[in-house]
Amino acid sequence: MSMSSGRLTPPESPPGASAFPNLTIVADHPAQQAPAAVRLTDVSKVYGQGRGALLALDKVSLSVAPGEFVCLIGASGCGKSTLLSLVAGLDLPTSGQLDTAGQKVTLMFQEPALFPWLTAAKNVELALHARGVPKAERRTQTLDLLEAVHLGGFGGKRPHELSGGMRQRVAMARALAQDADVLLMDEPFGALDAMTRDLLHDELERICAERTLTVLFVTHNVREAARLGDRVIVLSSRPGRVIGEYPVPRTGPRRIDSAEVAQMAATLTDRLREEMGRHGH
Amino acid sequence: MATDQALHGLDRLELSPLSGQESLLARLGRRTWAGTWPKLLAVALVLGAWELFYLSNYHGDTADHLVAGPVTGVENLWDQLVHGQLVAAIGTTMERGVIGYGLSVLVGAVVGAVVSRVPPLRAAVGSIITGLTTMPSIAWFPFAIILFGLSNSAILFVIILGSAPSIANGLIAGVDYTPPLLLRAGKMMGLRGFALYRYLILPASLPSFVAGMKQGWAFAWRSLMAGELVVQVAGSLSLGVLLAGDQEQLDLTSAISVMIVILIIGVVVDGLFTKADVAIRNRRGLIDAAAGS
Repeated sequence: MSMSSGRLTPPESPPGASAFPNLTIVADHPAQQAPAAVRLTDVSKVYGQGRGALLALDKVSLSVAPGEFVCLIGASGCGKSTLLSLVAGLDLPTSGQLDTAGQKVTLMFQEPALFPWLTAAKNVELALHARGVPKAERRTQTLDLLEAVHLGGFGGKRPHELSGGMRQRVAMARALAQDADVLLMDEPFGALDAMTRDLLHDELERICAERTLTVLFVTHNVREAARLGDRVIVLSSRPGRVIGEYPVPRTGPRRIDSAEVAQMAATLTDRLREEMGRHGH
Repeated sequence: MATDQALHGLDRLELSPLSGQESLLARLGRRTWAGTWPKLLAVALVLGAWELFYLSNYHGDTADHLVAGPVTGVENLWDQLVHGQLVAAIGTTMERGVIGYGLSVLVGAVVGAVVSRVPPLRAAVGSIITGLTTMPSIAWFPFAIILFGLSNSAILFVIILGSAPSIANGLIAGVDYTPPLLLRAGKMMGLRGFALYRYLILPASLPSFVAGMKQGWAFAWRSLMAGELVVQVAGSLSLGVLLAGDQEQLDLTSAISVMIVILIIGVVVDGLFTKADVAIRNRRGLIDAAAGS
């Protein structure tokens, strides 16, 4: 779905940024004018009112370039999920500007959230149907999408007949079916075992490379963040604030056990521990 | 690519069945037996209790042939089915049951659907519906008879009042308990308005709706039996009329025969709902494969 950008778009945001996301040369622009697929400017979110009010996000500013893979990491209570809900348009910020440049955004959850009464294929097909894809094209598109997540032969299975990793891949196919430009992922592999997760990292990397997706990926696993992200953003807890940004140098294909990933993970862990220690007094 | 192969291998490992050795026929036989023996035992217990009651010679009634043993009783039931008016009576009663219950499902579904989607109605009408489910349906008969006379309409009216609230409640509960995560997923897909209802909320509330329909059937059947005893429509032959006739003639054996029929119809229809419920939960993976039969 797309954001109601009329209400939330700041006037200085570049018009038509989404039309040619691949033509952007980021280095040539000053930082505040660089076209972004997602841009948050001083976004705050307060839950409740009066004394019981909880400040979940405190003036968070960040931007994600088109095609970029950004990981958000933080301890419990850093408002990671809140932030994704806001970008997804499921909730409105209390203050600040949020701009998705009129692009289609979709959200994947930690649980696959498949409809249990539909088969894997019908789950994907419903997303196509909701998007208005004509009936005649839905079948072949569904098969293609299932093939894209290596589940070609499993379209007739119901979610409960599939393993956790397979369900999450069906959810990924369903997200792709929505033909979104921006994919938000809320700890999508958090409930999976390490081996399955490793394989799904490869899958996700390949899928993103094939489709120029912009990804905002929330996790509390530092290695996962270092493995996947082009950039890792560290959030503080209660309230959520951006307290660090770490570009991940692209030196070639990465694995979860690569030395560079381990090194980056150590840096991130140190930063997180420092932040957690702040709450220890 | 190595990743693809590893992924396919993992998929296969995770999906391999726990046991596939048993032949289809053997499994079918085992399941049928597992489903049948408790019922046979129940019938045997009832017949045994009946025989004991007969042998106890309560008040010396056996001598007066007021109470017959199970053998005579079953013979009487067979005789009534083949030669008597029992089949015609079952026909009349079932016709009322089907029409009354059908209308209840219609009314319950429409009211439930509207009430669950309109918040102001939800609070007000919701509590009226809950109140109605606690009202014993037989208490409606004076009202219905004054309004409709001794007619079919009076019986149908009471069936609907007894059964529709349960059905509406089942649907409302189902809508209320639609998992919020699925709602979020549906909204991300762009489902809204009628499509959200048609493709997400209604299917999600189906198990609860069927549970409501099952309870609604139990209420409808009770209301119908009460109705046929209280409202004897002139010229129509129903199970209620037969039962009331047996009471007049102190024919305990015939009364037991009619009661057996009433019991069997109730149990069979209830069994159909249970089957539907199990099938739905099975499709959704809500039944533990290791624990289920």
